[in-house]
Amino acid sequence: MHYVMIGNSIASTACIEAVRAIDAEGSITVIGEEDHPCYSRPLISYLLQGKTDENRMVYRSEAFYEENKVTVMRGVRAQSIDREEKTVCLENGISLWYDKLLLATGSSPFIPPIKGLEEVKNRFTFLTLDEAKRLESNLRKESRVLILGAGLVGLKCAEAIIDKVQSVSVVDLAPRVLMSVLDDAASEQVRTHLQKQGLRFFLGDSIAECTPNEALLQSGTVIGFDLLVIAVGVKPNIQIALEAGLDVNRGILIDEGGRTSDADVFAAGDCTEGPEMIIGRKTVLALLPNAYLQGETAGTNMAGGTASFDKAVAMNALSLMGLHLITVGRYEGTSHLVPCKDGYKRLFVKDNHLVGCILVGEAGKRSGIYTAMIRNKVELDSLNFDLICEEPLLMAFAKSVRQQQLGGPV
Amino acid sequence: MKRIYVNEMWCLGCHLCEYYCAYANSGIQDMVKALKDKQIQARITVEQRGTISFAVNCRHCTEPLCIKSCIAGAITSKDGVIVIDQSRCVLCYSCIMACPYGALMPAREGVMQKCELCTTNSQGQPACIQGCPNKAIVFEER
Ligand SMILES: Cc1cc2nc3c(=O)[nH]c(=O)nc-3n(C[C@H](O)[C@H](O)[C@H](O)COP(=O)(O)OP(=O)(O)OC[C@H]3O[C@@H](n4cnc5c(N)ncnc54)[C@H](O)[C@@H]3O)c2cc1C
Ligand code: SF4
Ligand code: SF4
Repeated sequence: MHYVMIGNSIASTACIEAVRAIDAEGSITVIGEEDHPCYSRPLISYLLQGKTDENRMVYRSEAFYEENKVTVMRGVRAQSIDREEKTVCLENGISLWYDKLLLATGSSPFIPPIKGLEEVKNRFTFLTLDEAKRLESNLRKESRVLILGAGLVGLKCAEAIIDKVQSVSVVDLAPRVLMSVLDDAASEQVRTHLQKQGLRFFLGDSIAECTPNEALLQSGTVIGFDLLVIAVGVKPNIQIALEAGLDVNRGILIDEGGRTSDADVFAAGDCTEGPEMIIGRKTVLALLPNAYLQGETAGTNMAGGTASFDKAVAMNALSLMGLHLITVGRYEGTSHLVPCKDGYKRLFVKDNHLVGCILVGEAGKRSGIYTAMIRNKVELDSLNFDLICEEPLLMAFAKSVRQQQLGGPV
Repeated sequence: MKRIYVNEMWCLGCHLCEYYCAYANSGIQDMVKALKDKQIQARITVEQRGTISFAVNCRHCTEPLCIKSCIAGAITSKDGVIVIDQSRCVLCYSCIMACPYGALMPAREGVMQKCELCTTNSQGQPACIQGCPNKAIVFEER
């Protein structure tokens, strides 16, 4: 059996682990475009802050690849897939034959069409280790940095560089920060917190036109900059799947088992569009835990086991300049705003289930208990709802449930 | 594998397990010095409401969601014991978001901490078990 995996990151690493749990013998080849060992992508902002280094960013040790007998081809791009012949053609001309193929190609930064953007020499994105290092080497004490995008990636970038430069301004078309994951009140808390640390925001506005050192906003405001970071969002890398004739929408379409429209081709991670458990429709969930869980599921099925990942929800923990935000699930149904001493808590309830939560600051404590309630569709009338709203405690569950949780292996 | 299990009806709510845990992981030889006048930072938590109380720590899950969610690859399984490499942790709280039992908490040093069954300190045996006066937590094979 020959397993080929395109993309050397979280999803394919999880896939390796799952394949090897079943099949100790089959050969595994991973093809990675980036010329680095597999690293944790979310750590690039921490690297710039000096909170980690390139050694510690490596996701799995060298020994892992030896023990699991994995061949990693680094710095080479997979060009095309021939599904009839079951081969992958690499850009260097080499052709690899596969029995089972995993597409774990991740996502790319979306670059909006902006007049004059090509003339901006100091232009960056913030998705890869190489880009992060290139940005770092261009930072000066007197640099004025303009970041386009007040989402997760834009704000992590802002946090990473604020202490190294003269100013950081953030522009976003949305009227508030982290628009896709927070409600009005939580967004406001985050913006206030970040402004106090020196970030400048231009929200509900966008760049109409650029010159090499100036951005003219829709509102007429002109912002001078030395460096421009584009962080308006990511798009799944579907090109190779599309050209191979696999079913794609925004992402590569997969089922609960990580299967694409070809029985021998699987896909996992940021490049996919798979079933989300609450709405029951396929969505792109470009988050690390999802990439891991999808990769693991695909790996099990590729090696002949049976796995179904039917608990996919958006779940994200984000820390920004000391403020911790945790968001899980969807914001539908009835909302319960729970007063908190040091933070903000809003829970969403639908059809006797918890379906989502927004937690800021202290409210995030032990929040995995809420996540588990969402993922496991716990019937809310089976527990002490008032107590669990107040604080995520196992105490709120029925005694028999607690007996299972704490009285036997889980 | 031996794990810690809870006998809820035996728990006295005395919090001694928390003190023994904090001491065991303090790296300080003298128990009094380790605990006196300090805000203890235990890896086991006693939940207490009314007459009910019980201790909760890491279940050392067979499908550990913390490992799969850690953005830094800092959490690993060592023969079933789920341990955290604090030098890699960036305190993102992803593991807190993921753990179904609320078993992780920040340590004083600005990194995450969790129960490692006293395999990574000098105890040898889980200290909380030794501290519990009423066998409300036990360390055994089930
Ligand atoms: C700054 C930043 C912060 C983030 N923070 C968080 C966070 O806090 N929490 C969270 O859950 N998520 C976070 N994310 C998202 C997280 O990084 C992704 O969800 C995760 O990396 C997805 O893993 P993946 O394996 O699907 O793909 P990726 O990590 O995107 O890797 C895909 C790999 O495939 C390679 N590739 C693509 N096409 C080819 C080809 N044709 N041939 C060969 N190789 C190819 C790419 O070069 C890339 O290396 C963050 C992302 C960024 C950029
Ligand atoms: S920390 Fe939580 S998720 Fe991880 S092994 Fe322990 S109980 Fe399980
Ligand atoms: S807080 Fe530390 S251990 Fe927990 S997920 Fe983040 S990096 Fe990993």
